Amino acid sequence: MDDATLQLIDRAVNDQLQSTVTVLSSLLAVEDAIGYIPTEAVDAVSVRMDVTVNDVWAVATFYPNFRFDPPTDLRVEVCWGPSCHVMGATAVISAAQEALGLSDEGDTPDGKATLRYNTCLGACAHAPVMAINHHLAGRITPDNARSKISQALTSAPAH
Amino acid sequence: MTAQTESPFTDILGEARRRWENLTTGDRPWIRVGTGLAGEAAGGFEVLAAVNSALERQQVAANVSEVGTLGLCFAEPLLDVQMPNGSRVFYSQVTPELAERIVREHVAGGNPLVEHAIGYLGEPTQGPAGISNLQDHPMMALQQRIALRNAGNIDPSDLYQYIANGGYSALNKALTEMSPGDTLGEVRTSGLRGRGGAAFPAGVKWGFLAGNPDPNKYILCNCEEGDPGAFNDRGILESDPATVVEGITIAGYACNANRGYIFIRHGHNQPIDRTRAVIQQAYDLGLLGQNILGTDFSFDVEVALTGDSYVSGEETALMEAIEGKRSMPRFRPPFPAQVGVFGKPSNINNVKTLAYVPEIVARGGDWFASIGTPPDPDNRINGSSGTAILCLSGDIKYTGLIEVPLGMTLRQVLFDMAGGVPNGKSMKLLQTGGPLGGVLSASDANLDLVLDFDVFRAAGAILGSGGIIVADEDTCVVDLTRNLIAFCQYESCGKCFPCRMGMSHLLEVLERISNLEGTEEDLALMRNIGENMQAGSLCGHGQLGFNPVSSALRYFGHEFDAHIREKRHTGDCPDQVFSPRLTRR
Ligand SMILES: Cc1cc2nc3c(=O)[nH]c(=O)nc-3n(C[C@H](O)[C@H](O)[C@H](O)COP(=O)(O)O)c2cc1C
Ligand code: SF4
Ligand code: FES
Ligand code: FES
Repeated sequence: MDDATLQLIDRAVNDQLQSTVTVLSSLLAVEDAIGYIPTEAVDAVSVRMDVTVNDVWAVATFYPNFRFDPPTDLRVEVCWGPSCHVMGATAVISAAQEALGLSDEGDTPDGKATLRYNTCLGACAHAPVMAINHHLAGRITPDNARSKISQALTSAPAH
Repeated sequence: MTAQTESPFTDILGEARRRWENLTTGDRPWIRVGTGLAGEAAGGFEVLAAVNSALERQQVAANVSEVGTLGLCFAEPLLDVQMPNGSRVFYSQVTPELAERIVREHVAGGNPLVEHAIGYLGEPTQGPAGISNLQDHPMMALQQRIALRNAGNIDPSDLYQYIANGGYSALNKALTEMSPGDTLGEVRTSGLRGRGGAAFPAGVKWGFLAGNPDPNKYILCNCEEGDPGAFNDRGILESDPATVVEGITIAGYACNANRGYIFIRHGHNQPIDRTRAVIQQAYDLGLLGQNILGTDFSFDVEVALTGDSYVSGEETALMEAIEGKRSMPRFRPPFPAQVGVFGKPSNINNVKTLAYVPEIVARGGDWFASIGTPPDPDNRINGSSGTAILCLSGDIKYTGLIEVPLGMTLRQVLFDMAGGVPNGKSMKLLQTGGPLGGVLSASDANLDLVLDFDVFRAAGAILGSGGIIVADEDTCVVDLTRNLIAFCQYESCGKCFPCRMGMSHLLEVLERISNLEGTEEDLALMRNIGENMQAGSLCGHGQLGFNPVSSALRYFGHEFDAHIREKRHTGDCPDQVFSPRLTRR
């Protein structure tokens, strides 16, 4: 791991602004900073919170928002909550899978993009909803899911 | 309490009013753009960027604010222009191109774009020619906005705007004119029932905590809001977080507590950032921290975040999450008022519950109690006071966030206000109160149900947190039930066997039925699993987790029969069965 990333982890874990600092708040801070939880971060949290690495792993693996390898450049989230489901999310999800060449959630084989299912993105009034790199887009049809994804794929920064 | 000749609040209020005056009657137009979650999904940030660049390019001076949601989510992106001393003219479904035109013709030129306006609000009572009063829009006309009084109207990140519109007068009143006991008494009198699901009387719950002599006590505000289809808690925090911050502070005073947490799921930036912004300003103005407004009362509040976990909204799981652990419910007793977060006595309320508190204290408990439905002990109806804050989504003409008096019928809400189902289709069912609330058929009898916690419970549904998802005639009940159970499976925390295994098993059976491979025995099997979950689960997730199936069978048993006996589909649902699974490790 490079020094810059280590420094980001250190800052995320040790410079939290709120007064209640916990294992979970530290992990969320790391996720915000670098997008994943490497073992170095688990170590840093265990030192900061004075708990075992097992205690940290226990929390990290409970919440499905944490991932343990570096994120891809393009994160596509599609909602499968009941508002979106009623408004046609299943077809949107299929279209997103197709546009990314995936048959389930996860990373594309080339490591460029990630598909995630979400239980509710919070904009149910505009169902079906998807999010590209955390930016919400509502009233999505299969067609514009496909076009938004291919647009994002071409404009994503190269590694 | 220190005797004070003049409360420091007078100065704060003076400054707030001066700023508000300047904003609304100064020489600059004021442009407000909705950038809540629904606004964002509709393109609100693109509109905001277009407004700012148009102002710059066209060299027009104006104030621009991001606001939360006015509740007319269907109309987002929503932008309004208030000319000095004029009324607010609202534009709906604004595109960046339209925003540019609005800046040129209305903001700079003084001529509203009548054909794009959805309505006007405020003084003067006569709006620009050709534009109707937004208050007459069906989604607005029947509302009574208490918790949502400021939503969409003020900059949620600016505490002065909240104060200029009456904010913090309730805390000032409580601290200077009322004892903690009086304050608690007002909340008792109001009959306020918790809006987080169980509808437990808030005053009674506060009384448990107030009676505990421990010097360190906590008030927890629950904005986990993991129920899909519910966005009112985040809607309040992204639109007017200060009412919740004031509410939790008043709760602290009434219960003699000294710390508060506002608990929000990570990743929802508008509610999180805006709540943090007003908390910081409240500290700066002496409305939080040591010796609030120069009195003996001290109270601290911070935002605590959780990871993705629906069950972390359960009150004891929430305490685990605040402590930074896996959010699995605890055994009760001990109850939170004895042993809560960090081992200290705690009281948990939903965002909406606390959002009402400032108005209850300012206007009196009797005023709040006069709104809503009366008790009817013969039918086990305890009475539901105040308003319902509803999230309308799905197959409905006007989607959004509305606040209406309890006692209104579902029919009034769904047809008179929200315009019914679009495209000439009929309404088939409602999914209310989050996935655990199950489904309610849109029969005449059910549409006549009044909004009341106990009336809903008697009908086998949950009013709970206020989410209402409308489904039209094309919706397949078997498929929707499978979707709801998939959610319950995905979110089971895994602590108890009947819930963890039961949800997985139910999902398997429902998938089988959806694929026309179900058998007669499957119905009995599901009921058996449901009974075990209800009897053997620690928290409401497992106890209520069979509701989606039992309610669907009650109202739509014939559709299950068609799938099982006649091997026939009953709706137009996608042939692919999609249910993500998760086992929390
Ligand atoms: C599985 C589960 C999830 C819950 N999620 C929430 C939630 O997201 N928000 C909430 O306010 N209450 C939720 N509750 C209810 C809380 O346990 C608690 O009753 C509520 O926050 C109390 O607030 P109130 O008295 O103001 O209603 C949940 C309960 C269960 C069993
Ligand atoms: S009932 Fe389900 S969600 Fe609740 S504690 Fe048990 S396993 Fe967890
Ligand atoms: S259910 Fe999809 S955004 Fe809420
Ligand atoms: S599963 Fe939907 S019609 Fe059969």
